[in-house]
Amino acid sequence: MHEYSIVQSLVDSVAAAVGTRTDAVVRSVRVSIGEVAGVDCGLLTTAYEVFRAGTLCENAAMTIDRIPARWECPRCGAAIARGAVLQCPQCHEPAFMAAGDEIILQRVELEVA
Amino acid sequence: MCQDCGCGDVNLVPLELQTRILARNDSTAEHNRQHLRDRGIFTVNLMGSPGSGKTAVLESTARMFKGGRHLAAIAGDLATDNDAARLARAGIRSCAIQTGQACHLDAEMVHHELHHLDLEGVEFLFIENVGNLVCPAVYDLGQSVNVVALSVTEGEDKPLKYPTMFAKADLVLLTKLDLLPHLPRVDINAIRNAIAKVMPDPHIIRMSAQDDVGVDGWVAWLRARRAALMHETVPA
Repeated sequence: MHEYSIVQSLVDSVAAAVGTRTDAVVRSVRVSIGEVAGVDCGLLTTAYEVFRAGTLCENAAMTIDRIPARWECPRCGAAIARGAVLQCPQCHEPAFMAAGDEIILQRVELEVA
Repeated sequence: MCQDCGCGDVNLVPLELQTRILARNDSTAEHNRQHLRDRGIFTVNLMGSPGSGKTAVLESTARMFKGGRHLAAIAGDLATDNDAARLARAGIRSCAIQTGQACHLDAEMVHHELHHLDLEGVEFLFIENVGNLVCPAVYDLGQSVNVVALSVTEGEDKPLKYPTMFAKADLVLLTKLDLLPHLPRVDINAIRNAIAKVMPDPHIIRMSAQDDVGVDGWVAWLRARRAALMHETVPA
């Protein structure tokens, strides 16, 4: 249940982004979470709802974009099918993860006076 | 509010960021990695389920090294320093991180502990992570490699159920091989196949730590990987 510590880091990241704009109110937060990033989106949402109270994210709705895992051959670029052995069937190279391990703060929206 | 037309709309300013949420952890991890590599220390983040045999692997490793003079360990657990005590008895200088309720170690915890651990003459540092197949995989600690201990009793499809940890692993230690005669339904090939679907370049070493079977292969792997790392970092 490390999603609480992810939320702590998320709030810290939002604070760093807002910086000295103390008059701004954070209204929305958008994050990307990769399919194999090791973060459960349901638990992250729950943790966010609990933890944001009293922080600068208190009035900010969170949207999560789930990024599907994508494995590719580093040599020929062929996509490796889901559920297959993670090796290129043509080149026999170990696949690399082209997407799916993201834990990213994409954007925040500030309401300014 | 909108100041221009009096429409009452809220004036929203978007900030495009694209920043890693764990950037601070990653930065501390990089600091740890540099610190350890500069001292010639090869660092293993040893992960796996509770009871997968992580501590037994390290005890056996100490026996193969004829005492643990060149070994050090940081053992993470929610409570107790039992593992660190076991490792100390095996001759490995060690310390414990009691995480309380935290299900994983992070780079800051390791950084703090590095200040308390005598690393003089150490060539291999083992960070025995909290027993857990999920959360530890998310946090970079500054390790040279990730190693997962998976025991033959855990079920053949565990890698498929917990893909993140195996996707990030450099090596899987398949432990408790001595129990296989008692597990007629466990198929080693099924475990290998499951690992190959979640780990892109699967390296697997079969071990029975309590009687030191397979530990020579593990130690050879450690020595080769350390030599490669030190070769990479020797100034031209």
